[in-house]
This record gives sequence, structure tokens and C-alpha cells, in this order.
Amino acid sequence: MSQKVLLNAKEVNIILHRLACQLIEKHNDFSNTVLIGLQPRGVFLADRITKILKEHYKVKDVKLGYLDITFYRDDFRRSDKPLEANKTKIDFLVEDKNIVFIDDVLYTGRSIRAALTAVQSFGRPNEIELLALIDRRFSRHLPIQPDYRGRQVDVINSEKVKVNWKEYDDEDSVYLIDK
Amino acid sequence: MSELSVNHLLGIKYLNKEDIKLIFETADHFKEVINRPIKKVPSLRDITIANLFFENSTRTKLSFELAEKRLSADVINFSSGQSSVKKGETLIDTVNNILSMKVDMVVMRHPNPGAGVFLSKHVKASIVNAGDGAHEHPTQALLDSYSIRERLGEVKGKKVVIVGDILHSRVALSNIFALQLQGAEVMVCGPKTLIPKYIGKLGVKVETNLRKALHWCDVANMLRVQNERMDISYFPSTREYTQQFGVNKTLLDSLNKEITIMHPGPINRGVEITSDVADSKQAIILDQVQNGVAIRMAVIYLLASKIK
Repeated sequence: MSQKVLLNAKEVNIILHRLACQLIEKHNDFSNTVLIGLQPRGVFLADRITKILKEHYKVKDVKLGYLDITFYRDDFRRSDKPLEANKTKIDFLVEDKNIVFIDDVLYTGRSIRAALTAVQSFGRPNEIELLALIDRRFSRHLPIQPDYRGRQVDVINSEKVKVNWKEYDDEDSVYLIDK
Repeated sequence: MSELSVNHLLGIKYLNKEDIKLIFETADHFKEVINRPIKKVPSLRDITIANLFFENSTRTKLSFELAEKRLSADVINFSSGQSSVKKGETLIDTVNNILSMKVDMVVMRHPNPGAGVFLSKHVKASIVNAGDGAHEHPTQALLDSYSIRERLGEVKGKKVVIVGDILHSRVALSNIFALQLQGAEVMVCGPKTLIPKYIGKLGVKVETNLRKALHWCDVANMLRVQNERMDISYFPSTREYTQQFGVNKTLLDSLNKEITIMHPGPINRGVEITSDVADSKQAIILDQVQNGVAIRMAVIYLLASKIK
């Protein structure tokens, strides 16, 4: 197993600030916008972006939720490993809201498809956008593209992209791992 | 570890501690799901479940059916009253006929103890025991423990007394197994005639004085007097039973602590508990019913994930 650094801590930080600025550009004061981090690893990115919006750009009221898509996945009983559920925490209605889904890596697009179905259980949103830190180009199974992307990478299927966060993995970094 | 150790839910005695923990954690997620504006997930859309009830049931049947529908499974229902069982068909034949219609899972209530175990050895489908005679009622015990965990934080170390007709009760047996597996202390309390002779072998305390039992416990699970299973008189009269083993508000208030009251339903109001107790804040009877749906969703989901 070999691994290569795609992004180091400094690069991750620059990208996160750019993504936060792009969100402000589109959503202004976030009065009708909600951020939804996708479980399990999208929530770390969502937490970080929310923190940057509040602390650096003084956006007062950012609504943040976590969405677990386990029960909406299309590989139930087809996957080798049992699917493990995570906590969903959405304590607001998404009716007529502008939603931004936040995930760390966009790969086949199937998680996003599941998230689009899952979020309907909380109402009918006005629109849904997608923010991904890493966009794995040429590997999509569905017609889904990010609206905000951190970095686009070309990665073959046998390779894995791993995003690390300081709070949980000791450093901010993105690695390309050859399995 | 996120898989059950069993392929069927036949009784609590076949489960281990980790299984119960996994079921509870999964039920937590489903409890959140059933409190959403849209209470349905599409996980089991390619699974068909047959509910076979060879014995009457309201709560359990509705609860299972709702759990299955909330998971998007296809559901077929069967009650022995209106079926060919009356014409002399055997259990295996009945079930195999149903399974040949491509059914993946069977939820069964049957008056004979061991019916689920027997069936699991002869047919190809996941079996969920929804009560077999006076043997086990595993989902009821799971939802009871889950409700205790919800109210008191954890089950471990808690003192639970099961009051009433222990002899005919599958709820009592499954609860004893489930509570002990999670490290709770269990006592049974009731008329001597309704306490099985060898109950001590299960490692439970026995008490015939209700007041003493209530003083000892954190939780009292009040069972229904099962008149339909009593072939002889086990106590002189319902009135006398109520006087000795019925819980009323005066009795509860005379204790120097607040205990939690549970009841698996259906309640005989005024017999095992009075209305003011059943409707009090100490009673978590309706929470048990709500948790029943989440627990059954978890059990069905976890078993279905093992169907290949």
C-alpha cells in the first residue's frame, strides 16, 4: 500500500476559506439557507466550514444539520460489509429552504442520490446544491456534479482518496492511497 | 461489529449482549426516523414479509405491520381464523405455501411453545417470533428493556420486578433473559400458584408480598392476568388478586421513592393497575408502544440485511 499527499494542511485551509467565500457570495446572510453535512465524514467538513463562516466572516446565523443516508442507500444486502447507521440531526424544517449538501469526497454520486431522497422526509426544499472537498472526476455512475468543489482529481478505481481532519485524525490532509 | 449473531429472532436466549446493544443502537436511529414529518425509509423495498398470526393480537400485529411498512417492505397478513389451517393443513405446509410466493421473512405468533424454532429448522426464511405460547416474546422484552434504558439511562444494575401471572407469561420469561443479559437484577412477584416451581433456577428472586417487592425495585413490570390460558382457578377471585397484587396510587405514594411502572398491554384497568396509575407520569406504557415500532424496525432491518 502506497500513499501520496494530494493536499497538505495549508492547502486544505486555503480551499476551505475559498469554499466559505463562495457560499457567502451565493447565499449572503444565510437567512434562508441550511448546510447539511452527510454522515459519516461529510459532517467534519460541514463543521469546519460552519466554524469558518461564523468566526472569520461573521455570519451570525448558520443553520447546520447532519443527514445519515444509510437507510436510503441502494446497496442494502448487496454490499459485502453490513451497513452501519449514524445519527441524523436536523432540528429545523427544510421546507422552502436552500440546502447545501456537504461531503468530503464525491465519487460515484450514489450517496448524493440517497441524500436527495432522504432529505425529502424533512420537507420540500426550494433548491439543493452540493459542496465537495474532493471531486473524483470520471468516476460518476449518476448525472450528479458539485456546485462548489475544493479540488478536482483524476483517480483510478483501485485508488482511494482519504480526507483527514485535525480534530479526529491529528492533521488536515488529503491522501491518495493505492490499495 | 454491526451484524446480529443469529439469522432468526426466536427468543432472547439465543442472543448475546452485543446483539442487544446493536438492536438498541439501530432502534435509536429508527426512533428518530418515525418522528420525522415523513416516517418512512426505502431500505426494504425488495423484501416481502408474511405476518402469520395463529393467535389473536392487536398491538403486536399492528406494531410489526407498521414497522415493516415504515421500512417499505411488502407485507402480507394471515390470521388462522380465516384460513386453511381450519381445514387441517400442517404448519410447515401452510408456511411453505406462503414462501413459494417468494416471501423472505416470516413473523409468527403461535399458541404452541417452540413453534418458531421448529419452523426455522424446516423452512428457508428468516423467522421472527412474535410470541410462542408461554415460551418467549423476544420483541416485547427488547422494547421493555429499551424503554427502561430510555427512562433510566441504562439497564445495567437496575432492579426490576415482574408482577403477576409469571406461569403463563412469555413476556416474563423473555424479560428475565433480556434483563439478566444486560446486568439487571430481576424479581418475580405474584400468587404462589402463578409462579413456576423452578423459577429460582433462572437466578431470579421470588417475593409474594407486593409492597416489599415495590420497595426493592426501580421498575415494576405489571403483567396482565391471562384468563384465557387458565384452565383451572389459580386464585380465589379477581377482587382478591387486585387486593394483593394490584398497584394503586395510594400504594405507590406510600413508597419513599418514585418507581417506573410498565405494562405490556392490554391493561385490565382496575385489576393489575388502577387507571390513575396507568395514566400517571410514572407509567411509561405508551412509550413502550412507541418504542415497540422502533425496536421491531431494528430487528427486521438487521435480520433482512443477512438475507442473501
